[in-house]
Amino acid sequence: MTTQRNDPVPVNDFVDGVLKRNPVFVQLLGMCPVLAVSNTARNALAMGLATGFVLLMSNLVVSLLRRWVPTQVRIVTFILIIATFVTIVDYAIQAISLDLHKALGAFISLIVVNCLILGRAEAFASRQPPSRSILDALGMGTGFTIALLSLGAVRELLGSGSLFGVRVLGESFQEWTIMMLPPGGFFVLAAWLLAINAWNSRSFRPPTVKEAV
Amino acid sequence: MMDEPSLWAIFINASLVNNFVLAYFLGICPFLGVSSKRETAFRMGIAVTFVMLISSMAAYGIRALLMAAGAPYLQLISFIAVIASTVQLVEMFVKKFSPTLFRALGIFLPLITTNCAILGVALFQSNRQYSFIQSFVFALGAGVGFTLALVLMAGLREKLELSETPDLVKGATITLVLAGLLSVCFMGFAGLFG
Repeated sequence: MTTQRNDPVPVNDFVDGVLKRNPVFVQLLGMCPVLAVSNTARNALAMGLATGFVLLMSNLVVSLLRRWVPTQVRIVTFILIIATFVTIVDYAIQAISLDLHKALGAFISLIVVNCLILGRAEAFASRQPPSRSILDALGMGTGFTIALLSLGAVRELLGSGSLFGVRVLGESFQEWTIMMLPPGGFFVLAAWLLAINAWNSRSFRPPTVKEAV
Repeated sequence: MMDEPSLWAIFINASLVNNFVLAYFLGICPFLGVSSKRETAFRMGIAVTFVMLISSMAAYGIRALLMAAGAPYLQLISFIAVIASTVQLVEMFVKKFSPTLFRALGIFLPLITTNCAILGVALFQSNRQYSFIQSFVFALGAGVGFTLALVLMAGLREKLELSETPDLVKGATITLVLAGLLSVCFMGFAGLFG
């Protein structure tokens, strides 16, 4: 991040968060909600958007306050700022859809301890101007949402043969119930990581026999 | 969930049936990060259990206070503030009274603040409106379950290091598959209080 300080095009802040430094697939941050609420595509999308909103607002506020927060108490301050926005999101979701609120349960409140948000506040927003912090939050939020959605879509498709609650696989499809259950989360994330590893290693020159030995 | 679950049921439920790590995915970060040696995994588990018990009692008090004051929207903010200060207090306390234990826990104590399992205990017990004793047992069960999952995982990963794995799945991928298998095993407890 520090190497990009003089970068005239802060668009990189956005793209990096989505691809090169994707919080879930590359940095393995914020795993608890990723695995817990990605059992259907709808839950995954809602969780991704909620986390993205908290990330955006807390990054903005932390960045605005960065000159006034004493270093010794910065972590506590960040957590309190984050907790404020999480409370807002919690009540907003409750007002919009009670079903969704029930499905996500305590995991909305648990956005507070998502290492991703605190990590961005500490590593980026507390050192950068608001404009770049917003871009960073948007990038990371999008990357997080995409990751959650890709997990949720696979789990819902295999686990109940539907997508966003609409049946897409035929009646004869035998559901893999385990995909909806906790172990499915671990397996699908492992499969995605494997796929990404395989894709990345493709673009490199394959090691010669000598190197491999 | 039953209306008035017995203490034993709460304990078994929190530690085995709905294991915090393997069923609720709380505390995944230390689970994946710290669980490579059984020794450290066990210490981490003890530290987390300890903080869980204390913050659970504190959370019970806060909830009662906030309910009396009619300000439930402050719940989350006060929980997190209390957990952060509890961790700090526990750290100072342990340092003063048992330097041996302090050295043993080392870096793990401050890390616990961002462990979602701790906040999870506080939130779940308030959502389910447990009494004081029930909360205590719930926190104990959650801590035992967390320790169990961490130690089991560490044992598996110690074995894993000795076995040959393809380069493609090394690191996070194989660890996640292991965790998935462990989670399948824990699903076997589901019938205990069905």
